[in-house]
Amino acid sequence: MLFGWEVNWSYVLILPLAAGTLLAVMFLQWWERRLLGWLQDRRGPNRVGWFGVLQGVADGIKFLTKDDWVPPFGDRVFFVAAPVIVCASMLFVLAVIPFAPSFHIVDVNIALLWFLAMSSLAVYGVLLGGFASNNKYALLGSLRAAAQMVTYEVFMGLSIMGVVIHAGSFSLVEIVGAQEQLWFIVPQFLGFVIFLIAGLAESHRLPFDLPEAEHELAAGFHTEYSGMKFAFLMCGEYVAVIATCCFIVLLFFGGWLVPDFLGFLEPLVGEQFAGLFWFGLKVLFFIHFFVLLRAAIPRPRYDQLMSLGWKILLPLTLVNLLVTGFLVAWARWGL
Amino acid sequence: MNADLVLFWVPAAIAVFSTALVITRKNASRALVYLVISLLAVAVVFFVLGAPFAAALEVVVYAGAIVVLFLFVVMMLNLGRSSVLREGGWLRPNMWVLPGILAFVLLIVMFHVFAGTQAKTAGTEVPPSAVGRALFGPYLLAVELAGFLLLAALVGAYHLGRRYLEERRAVVEGTGEGVDAGGDGGR
Repeated sequence: MLFGWEVNWSYVLILPLAAGTLLAVMFLQWWERRLLGWLQDRRGPNRVGWFGVLQGVADGIKFLTKDDWVPPFGDRVFFVAAPVIVCASMLFVLAVIPFAPSFHIVDVNIALLWFLAMSSLAVYGVLLGGFASNNKYALLGSLRAAAQMVTYEVFMGLSIMGVVIHAGSFSLVEIVGAQEQLWFIVPQFLGFVIFLIAGLAESHRLPFDLPEAEHELAAGFHTEYSGMKFAFLMCGEYVAVIATCCFIVLLFFGGWLVPDFLGFLEPLVGEQFAGLFWFGLKVLFFIHFFVLLRAAIPRPRYDQLMSLGWKILLPLTLVNLLVTGFLVAWARWGL
Repeated sequence: MNADLVLFWVPAAIAVFSTALVITRKNASRALVYLVISLLAVAVVFFVLGAPFAAALEVVVYAGAIVVLFLFVVMMLNLGRSSVLREGGWLRPNMWVLPGILAFVLLIVMFHVFAGTQAKTAGTEVPPSAVGRALFGPYLLAVELAGFLLLAALVGAYHLGRRYLEERRAVVEGTGEGVDAGGDGGR
């Protein structure tokens, strides 16, 4: 017991959760490539296993058997540490995600800040990885990544404060609980849009993958990476996507809660499994949305990305925060 | 010795040790990474002492934003072997005498201050809402003053940036478009 927070059997979940997420990443990258193939009128990976399902396994074997090269002109320690930092900090985020009413590792009252803290630590992996490669493309890529992630972190944090004002807590379980009547997507639509954009930029996915834009920077900060280290960097990116989608669902789409007419599942399989099912379904929906965005929207220029952040999204976020605070105070105490 | 004390002393020792390394490392990027470790250790100390909100902000603000900017600058300057050698020249043993004496005096004062007080470790947890109430209640003036300071910094930064923009505009207008098109690769 530490300050009365629940420390119980849920710690057993840590290993299966981490392993399950990494497995999910393996299939996710296959599924993403397959979807992109369809969307771009080509086939995508379809050779290994049924419809190419085992592509992830084949890639894993390839990663493990590839030459694990460390550039002799770079910084060895940072080069090895960077993929670990990226992947580990993103896996740490999973610790606070409640997948169902009591299916979580810990429920701390700073869960939301924990997410922001861990995603800001992931910057170090990208930064040190590019720096340690001692290569112009990698350095430029990681400078871009650092500026982009620090910028978008600012209003990623601010955009979810509207949710905190409504729920009155940083605890994710309580935030979901506060959405019993109405999902926060309705009162916080602006906050949702900004969080989505910031989440895209934070996990540097297309269309915001300027740090690794291959038409101008080779592969950006991971140009020098190969083998399992490269796999870890990619893994970190996919875990970031999963975590961001989980947070979108938890903060704006009611987590495991569903409207009454979908309540038929709960008596059949029990509260926990029904919650897990609905939560998973919503998260999958947003993961697909991320993939569709990747296929549909071209990259902006880097200066466009930064000025969008500072000149449009930041003022919008502040206005959203101000209006939300005013309305909630008005509803609670009157004028 | 119970678990809470171990949870306090281990990160506290890591914080002190890595801070010492921050000062003695000659390579600026290594020093900054040790600084991050030190900040994370201090965050754990805050957490164990019952201030999870302060711990989270320590990581988000200091480790996640400020030191990133430091590291950013170090990377931009691309400090190589020459700066490591120069640092080595600065970190001679006789440089440690005066700072050592001053730090020792501070240490004595600190011991003197803390000797009389009752040790207060874990037990009560400070929730985020209590921090907010304290900031906008008794410490409102401090919050407003910090706001002034930040605004002044913002205006100052804008002023410096505007001078740079004006200088650049003057250069572009002065040399005409022909040079611009040629030098810029026909952008």
